[in-house]
Amino acid sequence: MSVDTILSFEEAMEKYDPVLGFEVHVELNTKSKMFSSAPNVFGDEPNTNVNEVCLGLPGVLPVLNKKAVESSILIGLALNCKIAEHCTFARKQYFYPDTPKNFQTSQYEDPICYDGWIDIELADGTVFRVEIERAHMEEDAGKLTHMGGSTGRIQGADFSLVDYNRSGVPLVEIVTKPIEGAGSRAPELAKAYVAAIREIVKNLGVSDARMERGNVRCDANVSLRPYGQEKFGTRTETKNVNSLRAVENAVKFEIQRHGAVLDSGVKIIQETRHWHEDTKSTTSGRPKSDADDYRYFPEPDLVPIVTTALWVEQLRSRLPEPPAARRKRLQADWGYTDMEFRDVVNAGLMDEIEETVTAGASAAAARKWWMGEIARRAKLADVDPAALGVSPAVVVEIEKLIASGAINDKLARQVLDGVLDGEGTPAEVVEKRGLAVVSDDGALQSAIDEALAAQPDVADKIRGGKVQAVGAIVGGVMKVTRGQADPGRVRELILATLGVEG
Amino acid sequence: MNAHELIRSSAAVMAAKLASGEITSVELVQAHLDRIAAVDGGDRGVNAFLHVNTEEALAVAADVDARRARGGSDARELHELAGVPIAVKDLIVTIGQPTTAGSKILEGWMSPYDATVVKKLRAARMPILGKTNLDEFAMGSSTEHSAYGPTRNPWDLDRIPGGSGGGSAAAVAAFEAPLALGTDTGGSIRQPGAVTGTVGVKPTYGAVSRYGAIAMASSLDQIGPVSRTVLDSALLQEVIGGHDPQDSTSLTDPSTGLADAARLGNVKGMKIGIIKELHGEGYQAGVENRFNESLELLRGAGAEIVEVSCPNFGYALGAYYLIMPSEASSNLAKFDGVRFGMRKLPAEGPPTIERVMAATRAAGFGDEVKRRIILGTYALSAGYYDAYYGSAQKVRTLIQRDFAAAFAQVDVLISPTSPTTAFKLGEKLNDPLAMYLNDVATIPANLAGVPGLTLPGGLADEDGLPVGIQLLAPAREDARLYRVGAVLESLLEAQWGGPILDQAPALAQTAAKEAK
Amino acid sequence: MAAINREQVAHLATLAHIEMSDDELDRMATELAVIVDSVKSVSEAAGDDVPATSHPIPLTNVMRDDVVGHVLTAEEALSGAPDAQDGRFKVPAILEES
Repeated sequence: MSVDTILSFEEAMEKYDPVLGFEVHVELNTKSKMFSSAPNVFGDEPNTNVNEVCLGLPGVLPVLNKKAVESSILIGLALNCKIAEHCTFARKQYFYPDTPKNFQTSQYEDPICYDGWIDIELADGTVFRVEIERAHMEEDAGKLTHMGGSTGRIQGADFSLVDYNRSGVPLVEIVTKPIEGAGSRAPELAKAYVAAIREIVKNLGVSDARMERGNVRCDANVSLRPYGQEKFGTRTETKNVNSLRAVENAVKFEIQRHGAVLDSGVKIIQETRHWHEDTKSTTSGRPKSDADDYRYFPEPDLVPIVTTALWVEQLRSRLPEPPAARRKRLQADWGYTDMEFRDVVNAGLMDEIEETVTAGASAAAARKWWMGEIARRAKLADVDPAALGVSPAVVVEIEKLIASGAINDKLARQVLDGVLDGEGTPAEVVEKRGLAVVSDDGALQSAIDEALAAQPDVADKIRGGKVQAVGAIVGGVMKVTRGQADPGRVRELILATLGVEG
Repeated sequence: MNAHELIRSSAAVMAAKLASGEITSVELVQAHLDRIAAVDGGDRGVNAFLHVNTEEALAVAADVDARRARGGSDARELHELAGVPIAVKDLIVTIGQPTTAGSKILEGWMSPYDATVVKKLRAARMPILGKTNLDEFAMGSSTEHSAYGPTRNPWDLDRIPGGSGGGSAAAVAAFEAPLALGTDTGGSIRQPGAVTGTVGVKPTYGAVSRYGAIAMASSLDQIGPVSRTVLDSALLQEVIGGHDPQDSTSLTDPSTGLADAARLGNVKGMKIGIIKELHGEGYQAGVENRFNESLELLRGAGAEIVEVSCPNFGYALGAYYLIMPSEASSNLAKFDGVRFGMRKLPAEGPPTIERVMAATRAAGFGDEVKRRIILGTYALSAGYYDAYYGSAQKVRTLIQRDFAAAFAQVDVLISPTSPTTAFKLGEKLNDPLAMYLNDVATIPANLAGVPGLTLPGGLADEDGLPVGIQLLAPAREDARLYRVGAVLESLLEAQWGGPILDQAPALAQTAAKEAK
Repeated sequence: MAAINREQVAHLATLAHIEMSDDELDRMATELAVIVDSVKSVSEAAGDDVPATSHPIPLTNVMRDDVVGHVLTAEEALSGAPDAQDGRFKVPAILEES
């Protein structure tokens, strides 16, 4: 495989104006499939979540899943789309072994959602509007595993194995209009756009939205044109871009590759490219002999969908608060600075902090715990902070224990250890580990007397008026009590013992 | 009643004898199995059956007999047709019996599921005698396009039994089964009915579930009954009809009271329309004569006969031969040697999946199937869609408007079912266009979704072969067909001195039926 | 509308995944030309104002509730397969080069 020559991104951006376009496929999390009642479940044994319909056996007929239609409309509404009053399904015909009927049931001339938009906020706060051409319903294909050969790729494989569990899983394909004017922000915009779509469908509850499972898949279209030229350049469509970072990198790579091709005076071939995470580059896709003629025609086995205003408005009333609006509201409520809030969002802890605050903690305390101790431990364990195993209720309970004086910050960290070790609730951990602050003045007094006797010169200094020297005695007492004393109370008692005014 | 008389009875009579205990279902099923063994096999056999389901049919019959013997609720809950055997066109999938669609590409394939109509037959405890022959994937009008040899017409073994459902029609005509299921996309129930002297009905589109009928053209296909009497078809449509949530095009409000309509049989004051475009030129003289006689009989029974014009019917055949192959080319794409059926490696060159699919489809499909797939691929391809498929869909609208205008004037329409009587085997095999013309009178009903019935109208003077009379009714008015059909049937029987099939020549004993 | 020719038939056979010999292509082109000629009147039958009909009986909004129904076992699913391995359908290599 030859390695493509590429320009540096800066050089490509100096010479050319990129135009982007995205086709994002969202797998819906319905219980059953789009046109069959077989379960829509990820990861089971091959060919066990199938029935005769999604296997395309002779004689079968499709019946449309109402929930999938409603989820599609919800996505359209969240993307500010118009909802078609009347729409149909069509057959898109091509032969491929992952496609049981050798056609995909999709929508062609009349998608259920069309003409929408979404505002994308970039890291520095710049807002970029992306226009949505359409969002249409279709069905997923089965999964091919390429066997033999060395790479597990289609190239060099001896044969392939097909699992149809995914066959017929409901998909919504969201197609943008050409995106102009992103300039050097194009890769960043690409990532932010896909992140926004993922966030929206997750927030709607219509998709599990896990990119690593292929719940959200992006095909990225890139073309370049000289600055000032109105006509779009020839585009390529990069498939298999299945993480946010990959979207950013793939767009960047294609801009650099296009730039080099155009610089050498060669025309870009309109083709499908495949993104390779290992080499961070794209290669030319499989040439599809059918690609030029899908022979779409109306699906005779399915009847048209008519959406009434009543139905659409009922669905609209179910729309949750849009993610961007929610972020604005939460930041204002919590009083975080822009940077604090962005860190929380990037750490994926907005939901957890919201729950923690709702459960009774202060916004500052919630942030302190989630972004501090919990995030630190998550990093050590190499998991997302939200997945570490600490619930908002635990954080709230620990905060209450601190506020009541039962434990201090240092002990609280040990309580967290205990909770993570499965020792029970924070109160139970305090009990089992004997972590409560020593508040018995008698016990403290003997520790103080001991510490003063051990450092008589310091005791003299304090008696002589150098009150700040009390810290050394406090430290000694804390050491003896293994941290289980309230330092404030210790200080008071020391000063009282020495007859000095605090 | 001996076995000879028994198998010549109508299904309704068989049902009555079962109910009264005069005969058992095992006797009835065995009599039909014996008849199949006697006339269906060998070089000069009817060859109506591709598979004979001996064991299961007898087991179901024995179960029905046992329930009847037990009496009480077991007997009371039996369906009226319980124990009456039936044959099923081999386009309809069945658990436990192979389903071939008349094609090599499906040879030996066993469906893991039952068609909805088969589930309904099982629920009614009707023993299934076997699977009947057809043109490959129901594409043809003579059953000569079956990969398993042609079916012969019981009236003349050198003639075709019509198609695609020649096997079902011939089985019923040869007394191998009292009832059968067919499918009708452009006339595949009605035209075989016409040329074999049997009754066949294409119900309103959506009145009978298509789930489990291997699709040829989804928007045209419809399963329907095949029988020897109008009442029997009505009884059978009541068994197989009704809403099916597994078929999105299934009606929630199909026609009911079909058997009652057949028993009522009254045409007094009804208006019956002759379709100007569906008789006369191009129709055999004997067909035209019998058609005119039927009109006289209906007039005599009190019906008013008027002529109506359906000016766009002239485009129906052309529109059909664009829509049908287009949908078929898509429906048959799944036969690719990946999930089921045969797989063939290319004779030379690397066996990539594309080439294996192409070699499999080349070896597995017959010429007529390939012809229609290529034609349909053409009609849907870029640059031709609007002129071909798109235009045909518009003609479909015009045909529907013609029907609407006609049914604004009359209650039912009447025409010959087929322009000719049964032709000789091989006569039109190499002339696709001549073959297609057989369906000129039956196709409009499929394009518009309206119901159609054929019944035997007597024998043509010139060749002594049966002539079919077709009745058409508005969508969801299937009952009207049975009502008018039953009247005409009884008038014709009076005129011919009994059922037309009584005049069919006796069939000679053949070699034993070989398993296919 | 132009009559259908041999090259077109070859292209259509490729689209339809049916291997055809030269003889077959010739024969098919001849037969199809006759058929296509006989149906061409259809394209002149209806004016632009006539809507297309794709379903004979007009129905809308036929949908099912999102409820899981029956499944086949992997054995049943694979029972008719020409070739299978490890619970999956086995198909020849997709690309030619190896």
